[in-house]
Amino acid sequence: MTPTVVLPVVIGALYAAGVYLLLDRSLTRVLLGFLVLGNATNLLLLSSGGPAGLAPIVGYAEPAEMSDPLPQALILTAIVITFGIASFVLAIIYRSWRLVRQEVVGVDEEDRRVARRSGSDADEIDPDDLAPEDRSAAHADTGVGDEDVVARLERDYAGIPSDDVDLPPTRRRRR
Amino acid sequence: MTSVLAPLPVLLPLLGAAAALLVGGRHPHVQRALSALVLSAVLAVSVALLVLADAEGAVAVSLGGWPVPLGIVLVVDRLSALMLVVAATVALGVLVFAVGQGAADGDEETPISIFHPTFLVLIAGVANAFLAGDLFNLYVGFEILLTASYVLLTLGGSAARIRAGITYIVVSLLSSLIFLAAIALIYASTGTVNMAQLAGRLAALPEGTQLLLQSMLLIAFAIKAAVFPLSAWLPDSYPTAPAPVTAVFAGLLTKVGVYAIIRTQTLLFPGGGLDQVLMWAALATMLIGILGAVAQTDIRRILSFTLVSHIGYMIFGISLASEAGLAGATFYVVHHIAIQTTLFLVAGLVERQGGSTSVDRLGGLATASPLLAVLFFVPAMNLAGIPPFSGFIGKLGLLQAGIGDGGALPVAVVGAGVVASLLTLLAISRVWTRAFWRPPAQPPAADTDAAAAADAGPELGPAAVPGPADEHQPAGEKETADDDAAASSSTGTPRRVAARAAWARHTAVATAATPSTDGLGGDSEEGSASARPLPRVMLAATTAMVVVTVGLTAIAGPLYGVAERAAEDLRERNPYVGAVLGGVEDAP
Repeated sequence: MTPTVVLPVVIGALYAAGVYLLLDRSLTRVLLGFLVLGNATNLLLLSSGGPAGLAPIVGYAEPAEMSDPLPQALILTAIVITFGIASFVLAIIYRSWRLVRQEVVGVDEEDRRVARRSGSDADEIDPDDLAPEDRSAAHADTGVGDEDVVARLERDYAGIPSDDVDLPPTRRRRR
Repeated sequence: MTSVLAPLPVLLPLLGAAAALLVGGRHPHVQRALSALVLSAVLAVSVALLVLADAEGAVAVSLGGWPVPLGIVLVVDRLSALMLVVAATVALGVLVFAVGQGAADGDEETPISIFHPTFLVLIAGVANAFLAGDLFNLYVGFEILLTASYVLLTLGGSAARIRAGITYIVVSLLSSLIFLAAIALIYASTGTVNMAQLAGRLAALPEGTQLLLQSMLLIAFAIKAAVFPLSAWLPDSYPTAPAPVTAVFAGLLTKVGVYAIIRTQTLLFPGGGLDQVLMWAALATMLIGILGAVAQTDIRRILSFTLVSHIGYMIFGISLASEAGLAGATFYVVHHIAIQTTLFLVAGLVERQGGSTSVDRLGGLATASPLLAVLFFVPAMNLAGIPPFSGFIGKLGLLQAGIGDGGALPVAVVGAGVVASLLTLLAISRVWTRAFWRPPAQPPAADTDAAAAADAGPELGPAAVPGPADEHQPAGEKETADDDAAASSSTGTPRRVAARAAWARHTAVATAATPSTDGLGGDSEEGSASARPLPRVMLAATTAMVVVTVGLTAIAGPLYGVAERAAEDLRERNPYVGAVLGGVEDAP
């Protein structure tokens, strides 16, 4: 049995790409980087089982010819965990996007305050522009007039509770 | 007996979480009772486990009856049982606090049907990490608790929490990946992930490989434990979460990382490699953490930085690699879990009472609520290490261990520990003098917005200042009114108007006669929370936690005894390895 060179090369390339993506400010790229790194680590786990062999089924192959089943079990677990966390991060990205790109969210005091913080501060959460400055919410309330936002909130979403899970999609302007 | 009890701290919260999720939407009362019941049961089981483990030594339980090298084992020894007891205690206290808060604020606005199940899952993950007998199970325990913590940290999904949550999540993901890669490499080089087997096999590896594996594990755990060069995420992400969530995070999550470091340094790599590095890290963590705390004005941020700083004490104890050091570190972990949780709960009460957590805005709390003042003062002094309390005992043990070691670096770290302790006292007493001790900034009669505007300077026109009539409006409307007023007095560019409006709003919030809590990133979305008395359940929960922290002093003797015996086990390694492997021959 000869060791393969493909796996180490692929793992290395994936790690490099993943680290590069993870360093980006855009959350979507961070997620992609996490997925790539997760796959790289899974491949690393796979290669930790030694050289490939036959399927580890008793009666199908001799124990000496089998590949090690334990790393595969570990990888399955890791894949499930990665999957769950990736979906959660997607939800966070979506939530973050709604909060700053689409200012019309549920009538929540905190959300309204954020909506008022347009201009410079709204960018604080922008994935492209996550400001390193670390202001607590209490000191961050600089902003411009918000009549427009309040009026739109009351017109479009009157009576909607703060939790915006069931928030209807933004209505089209009637022309 | 132990074999029956050992899986329960993991199993009960998971089942409880499922049940709590089922009943959650329709029967919030049932859900609360269920969660409290489950956590009480976990506490009882943990105490039983500690008694058994202290009497009989370590016991390993093979899940599903698989023989040891193949199956998953849970190991109960003195250290893990002790951690379980403390974790269950603070979890119960925090849960009661959260129930009180939910009852006081009204559950309609907060997704409480999610809070309880997630909280229970978090506890299950913590318990699993403490009990795990193999590295991969430890990884799974970490993932359980981390995933639950992501949800808890971003509870409600407000902008500040999402922003803080993103930092936390990305950093945690990175540490998990490093941990997983370390597991892969360890498996590749030894052929097992069972920690007892690893204890024997890792020593046979070449020195360079050992160093690589050890440093990968330590980096992964040090991120979770917030050891200095890897600690910047913590003060950024903890303060925005709801008070109970911050409390349980601060108490438990970093200590799980410390626990994993203890296992790495004692069970897997007992050779003392990297002890020097850890000691330098401990030195830096202590000093830089506490300097951060001194610079802050927000109570929660101060507490977050002291949390980082005091992690340094535990790392110092571990890096001494002596029985005295490990015993001191173990005792300090126990003390610190309880004390930090309690202080964050008190900070939640302070926010509720004073309407802010910024010491610049608070004042006169000692007269406004003497009970709250006592509740803050006692754990604060405990944290700073004032003699009768357990903080002093823990620090004394660590300092003695450091002096006993005798080397130049340990003695230097001992000096740094004393300085950090003193600076902790400084940071904490600033909170005390400003938030509690000083009189309210202005006498109530003069504390109007007009007076504040007069103070603010001439550039703030009277039209930009809301009249006193605005004071009794709800916070949201009031701010809208501010903006209108500012807009109507528009002179100059829109930018200037906006700046004025912001300044007026800021002044109004900072000097309002009835401070509002809106915009503080806190839990209470209603203004004028301070008009109401503090909810009894929250007060009772906090009081109980303060009593627990004081009680640690009362039982410090037996507790330190347990910690010393645990340290002895850790140094010997045989109890752990023997319990897991038993008579099984370990043939690589």
